[in-house]
Amino acid sequence: MITDKVLMKGNEAFAEAAIRGGARLYFGYPITPQSEVPEYMSRELPKVGGHFVQAESELGAINMAYGAGAAGGSVFISSSSPGIALMQEGMSFLCSAEVPLLAMNVSRGGPGIGGIQPGQADYYQVTRGGGNGDYRIPVFAPASIQEAVDLLYEGTEMAQKWRNPIMVFTDGMIGQMMEPVRLPDYKPVLTPSEIAGKRNWACTGYADRGGDQERRVVKSLRMQPEKLEEHVEKLFEKYARAEKELARYETENLKGADVVFVAFGTTARICREAIEILAEKGVKAGLIRPISLWPFPNKAFDEIDFGTTKAVISAELSMGQMITDVQLALNGRLPVFLAHRTGGMVPTSPEVAARAQAVLEGLK
Amino acid sequence: MRRIIVISGHYGSGKTELAVSLAMDLAKRQDRPFPRLSLVDLDVANPYFRSRERMDLLQAHGVRVYGDSFDSTGATAELPALTAALRAPLEDPGCQTIVDLGGNDAGARVLRQFGKYFEGDDHELWAVVNFRRYETRDIETAREHVESIENELRLRVTGLVNNTHLLRESTPDILKEGYEKAVALADIMGLPLLFTCYPAGLVSPEDLKGIAPLYPLGLYIRPAYLDK
Repeated sequence: MITDKVLMKGNEAFAEAAIRGGARLYFGYPITPQSEVPEYMSRELPKVGGHFVQAESELGAINMAYGAGAAGGSVFISSSSPGIALMQEGMSFLCSAEVPLLAMNVSRGGPGIGGIQPGQADYYQVTRGGGNGDYRIPVFAPASIQEAVDLLYEGTEMAQKWRNPIMVFTDGMIGQMMEPVRLPDYKPVLTPSEIAGKRNWACTGYADRGGDQERRVVKSLRMQPEKLEEHVEKLFEKYARAEKELARYETENLKGADVVFVAFGTTARICREAIEILAEKGVKAGLIRPISLWPFPNKAFDEIDFGTTKAVISAELSMGQMITDVQLALNGRLPVFLAHRTGGMVPTSPEVAARAQAVLEGLK
Repeated sequence: MRRIIVISGHYGSGKTELAVSLAMDLAKRQDRPFPRLSLVDLDVANPYFRSRERMDLLQAHGVRVYGDSFDSTGATAELPALTAALRAPLEDPGCQTIVDLGGNDAGARVLRQFGKYFEGDDHELWAVVNFRRYETRDIETAREHVESIENELRLRVTGLVNNTHLLRESTPDILKEGYEKAVALADIMGLPLLFTCYPAGLVSPEDLKGIAPLYPLGLYIRPAYLDK
């Protein structure tokens, strides 16, 4: 049943949305600021016939996800920055073996064990990947709990469609804050024979396959270079399609803007307030909010009003990582600057507005 | 009001906002029954949005704030370690003490070590309820939550506080709907409904006729950009 608007903590809403979207298997290890996700799953998954396993580590969790996904299960995992780092090897294996997975990173300040306050310095980690080899993972960065709920609800089916991990990347602020959300209705859950039929590549065993005796193999090892090259080329045909179909973004106030912010997640919300502050001072500022980080929404940058806009500012909770993608998307059309805090610090909107004013002053 | 007020409630019930609002209001009153005023933050389960984050504001108004044992990094320390100093306001008969408890049964458990201060009758234990929280969305789930806190604390809740809200999307209708459920819950549990909170500046008390008593809640904890 679709709910009325209810107040939920981000992490609880993420877990509930994954369940409602069809996830029935969760493997994980607690880490702040996302520990409410495994806590919620341990309590709620068994009530809907699902299974929760607390792994011995994130390494264990990602490899349990690999196995369960290969067997046709609908798997959801979550962690925070250092935990996601531990999962990178597994992510590469899942991509290689084309095993679906819905994954969530509620990120915090780094590097290393870092701190527990919000961060976005995992941008490279999630968009470039830390695992070996040629692979890609679609990454979505919600700016509200409702948007995260909608993405996670869609995520299980999306992962199955693309036979690849799908990552929802948010920061600790959105995981820990409360917001009114409307929860979507429960999606029907497939029976074992429906899984064997629909996921006709998965190692479901013969019992649920109605007499079909064909051997199914899910693997990452390809010893012959010709075969491996052919496989990777095939993966990249899939990624090329994903680049066309999965790029998502929103733009605000681009027409006539003096300066344009590019920001995702919590930072996009701060930029919205900075835009209001700048308007009071007679500066027109706009916003490009990438929702997909890979594929990066390059098309959004064609909507900039190049007649009026003098600079683009990448606003990030890092030392500047997305800025590389912003520069690539602009391809030299406008100068690009950074507004940032890092290490778990969150800039205030007056700070971001002041940075925009200083950038415009400097260009005069 | 008794000397020690323990405020319990689910995350998102608004107990921290209530604790801070109450402390700020008491700090401004001239006719306080107790000369000293303290806020004890026992929310070790929640790493963000704790009342300690408003420590400077509270201390500027004469409220002493007690939290974990790491003064410089207290607001971000992940260790659920409490300072022994917070026994001082609990023991001081001249100190009005507001205790902000963690948001669920596990979070409430930390109060047990201070059990001896709750053997007498100079404390109240409030349960703040928000019927727009998914986890306390109806009378049954709210009752389960209040009882789980009582069981964990081995203390009886002495009164309910209705703080049904949907943050900035709160409306008089949402508050009224919560009030009706709170009256029913209080009746079932045999507890007084102490008051109903409303977000000052967002909902006018004139639109809440029939609800009494009312208490205006300041919004101290939530950063403004979260509502952009």
